[in-house]
Amino acid sequence: MSESEHPVVFKDYLRRCLLVLLAVACMTAMMIATSFSTIGGASWTPKVALILAIAAVNAFVIAGFLMHLLSEKKLIYTVLGFTVFFFIGLAGLTIWAMHDFPVGTTTH
Amino acid sequence: MEIPYTVHKRADTGLYNAKLGIWLFLASEVMLFGGLFSAYVLLRVGAGEGTWPHGWLDVRLGTINTILLALSAITTLLAWAALKVKEFGKFKFYHACTMLLALSFLGIKSYEYYDKFHHYEIKLNNGTIADGHFVEQSKDFDLVKKTGTFTIHGHIVERHAELMDMRSDEAKKAVHEEHVIAAADIKHMENYSPRHNTFTAIYFTMSGLHALHILGGTLVIFYLWGPGSKMWKTDPERFTNRIEVSGLFWHFVDLVWVFLFPVLYLT
Repeated sequence: MSESEHPVVFKDYLRRCLLVLLAVACMTAMMIATSFSTIGGASWTPKVALILAIAAVNAFVIAGFLMHLLSEKKLIYTVLGFTVFFFIGLAGLTIWAMHDFPVGTTTH
Repeated sequence: MEIPYTVHKRADTGLYNAKLGIWLFLASEVMLFGGLFSAYVLLRVGAGEGTWPHGWLDVRLGTINTILLALSAITTLLAWAALKVKEFGKFKFYHACTMLLALSFLGIKSYEYYDKFHHYEIKLNNGTIADGHFVEQSKDFDLVKKTGTFTIHGHIVERHAELMDMRSDEAKKAVHEEHVIAAADIKHMENYSPRHNTFTAIYFTMSGLHALHILGGTLVIFYLWGPGSKMWKTDPERFTNRIEVSGLFWHFVDLVWVFLFPVLYLT
C-alpha cells in the first residue's frame, strides 16, 4: 500500500473497491460457467487451463489494486521476482520428477 | 529502546521495516502454498483415468465463501483508508465487518467439513457400494461382531467409478433415499475424511491450512480492532501502518483462495 505517501480520498477508495468487487464477482461467475460448460468435451484439460487463466487475472486484480502492487517500491518487486523464480523452480522440479520412478518400482 | 523505522521509511529500502518484513513473510508463504499446489498437480496428473473426483464439493458454498472473502478484503482496505483520513469510527466499523465476514467464511468451511465427515462410502458383501450421509445407527451396531444396522441417506451403485463424477448425468439421475444396512452385509466402510483418497487428503490439507490462516488473521485483526487500537491515541501513524501490514496478509489469504476455489471446487 505505497499510496500511503499520497493523500487518501476515502470516496475514491470506496469506488475502487466496488469496482474490484464487481470484477471479482464477474470472474468468479466466468470460472463457474466455464466449469459447467462443454468446452473440450470429455477432456478436462482445456477447461482447467481456461479456469486457471481467469483465476490468474482475478489474482492480478486483487494484488494490483487491493495490495497496491501496481504502485509499489522497487525492493518489493525484487522480493517478488525472487519469489516467482523459486516458485517456478519448486513447481518445475516437482513436475519434472513426476515420471522419474526408480528402476524396479511398480505403481498401482 | 525505541524500535527504529516503524513509521519513517528507511533511506535504503524506501519502506518502513514492518512493510518489508510482511512482504518477505508473504514470499515464504507463497513457497508454502506453492509446495502444496505442486503436490496437487502431481497427484492429479498422476491419477488414473476416471479416478479423480469431480463435483464432490458444493460449488454454491464455495462461491458464497469466495464473495465473503472478497468482501472482507475490501472492508480491510476501507478500514485502513478510514485511518488515513483520521476517521477512527469508520475504521472500527469496517474491521468489525471484516471479522464477521471471516467468521462466516469459517462457519461455512466448518459445515463443509462436517458434511464430509458424515458422508460414508460403504462396500457391501454383494459387490455394490452404498454412498450417502449418515442418518442413524442402532445401539448394537458393531462392525466386528456384525451386529446392528447403519442408516444412510443416499444411493447404491454397482461400480465405484459411478461415485467419481457427481456431475455426470448418471449421478444426477440417481434417486437418493434412506437405506438401512445391516452390519453383516458390510465389507468395508469409511467416511470422506482425509484418509479416504488422495483428493480428500489434498483437499483437507490445502483448505485446512488456508482456514488456519483465516483464523490467525482474524485473531490479529481482532487484537488490532480491540485492545491494540489504544495505540491510535498515542501513535496513530504507527497504528495505521500496523493495519496496513495486517491488511496485506489478509489480501494474500484472499489471493490463495482465488486459486483454491477453482482448483478444488471447479476442476
